[in-house]
Amino acid sequence: MTTLLAKTRNLNSTILVTALTLLGACTAADRVPGDGIYDPYETQNRKVHAFNRNVDRALVRPVARGYSGSVPDELEATVDNFAENLGQPSNFVNSLLQADLRGMGLSTVRFVMNTTIGIGGLVDAASEFGIPEHDTDFGETLYVWGVGEGAYMELPFLGPSTTRRTVGRVVDAVSNPLDFALDPPEVYYDTAAGIVAGIGTRGRFSDTVDAILYESADSYAQTRLIYLQTRRFELGADVADTAIDPYLDPYDDPYEAFDVE
Amino acid sequence: MLNNPSRRAVLAGIITTATVPPAFALSEGDARALVDQLVGEINTVIASGKSESGMIRDFEKIFARYADVPIMARYALGVDGRRASNGQLRRFTDVFAGYIARKYGKRFREFIGGRIEVRSARSIRSGYEITTTAFLKGESPFEVTFLVSDRSGKRLFFNMFIEGVNLLLTERTEIGALLDQAGGDIDAMIDRLRRIG
Repeated sequence: MTTLLAKTRNLNSTILVTALTLLGACTAADRVPGDGIYDPYETQNRKVHAFNRNVDRALVRPVARGYSGSVPDELEATVDNFAENLGQPSNFVNSLLQADLRGMGLSTVRFVMNTTIGIGGLVDAASEFGIPEHDTDFGETLYVWGVGEGAYMELPFLGPSTTRRTVGRVVDAVSNPLDFALDPPEVYYDTAAGIVAGIGTRGRFSDTVDAILYESADSYAQTRLIYLQTRRFELGADVADTAIDPYLDPYDDPYEAFDVE
Repeated sequence: MLNNPSRRAVLAGIITTATVPPAFALSEGDARALVDQLVGEINTVIASGKSESGMIRDFEKIFARYADVPIMARYALGVDGRRASNGQLRRFTDVFAGYIARKYGKRFREFIGGRIEVRSARSIRSGYEITTTAFLKGESPFEVTFLVSDRSGKRLFFNMFIEGVNLLLTERTEIGALLDQAGGDIDAMIDRLRRIG
């Protein structure tokens, strides 16, 4: 048992070192070029995208549609609540690293309420009492620390990402406080709940995802554009493209400076 | 050499229109009112219980009435618009309106039982940015932003963002990809656009 744990820790530090090396690449591409998209690995990314699309078509989409179609909405919500609650310790740590007092408070209150009166996280009691949702990750922590977005990446199975977000995922995966508090098999509940919740999301937003993956002329370019905009919006990052002005010159580069008065 | 008075008059005219704000300058209240009306009409269509094709027809009418379709279409066409003829531009604008109505109108059933509320407004260079919150059944509320301008001579919206996703940019990417697939042939792209969405 202890040797297994020690091995895991060793593996974790190796992964961390790799992640930090990768992070070095982020700062190099701190500012994205004029069109808001920095994608030096496009050729490789497009191959991964084609692979992900095949996985989705053959496996994820049918499973997700079956899951959302057959599992009652209430049960689906229960799984989502459980997964969300298990993410709160990690949210707390990241809020702390971001010096986000409100986030720390929200994570604490949500985790305590949902774990107790929410029956171990199955019921989202905190939301019933009007406590806002709170979700963050180490990618956001890096953003708060001033690390640049890095390059756009599409990861096998996991989908669109950026260098910064990928490093964040790795760090979150190896530093989840729950993993230190729990032993197998409880320690795997988190991952399992996360995967099932993810499948539920794919099912619920089936039409949106289908429209991007299977109905657009270039699903790679659409995925990339929508992912980057959504992620920047979540982070509250200022982006030139939120303020394009077609009246200046509709044929012109959309990323021309556009001041908000 | 004599000063050409007509040329001078034209020049003065250009300067006047460029510097003097139009008599009906867009106010924040106007911009809000436009989005309120637009949201009201959308909510009515959602509540009408019509068939999908009926809703799409209604949405196309709403789009034509409330959106600056020509500027949106030209923006979506991007730099390739520079080499398009007037005829091609007209046809593209027409086909683009139908494409948008089909593409987004199809998604209207997700809005059934939902509502949109206008929240705040702020001034931007070409007009106003109106922020709204969409409340859909079984989903967390999310932000939808409309950009409104009177640069066309009428109060119209010219772009929208759904949780940070820019409609004009999304469509420019889509039209660009269609053009690439058509080998840069604008007419072929228009024909294809007529059939999709």
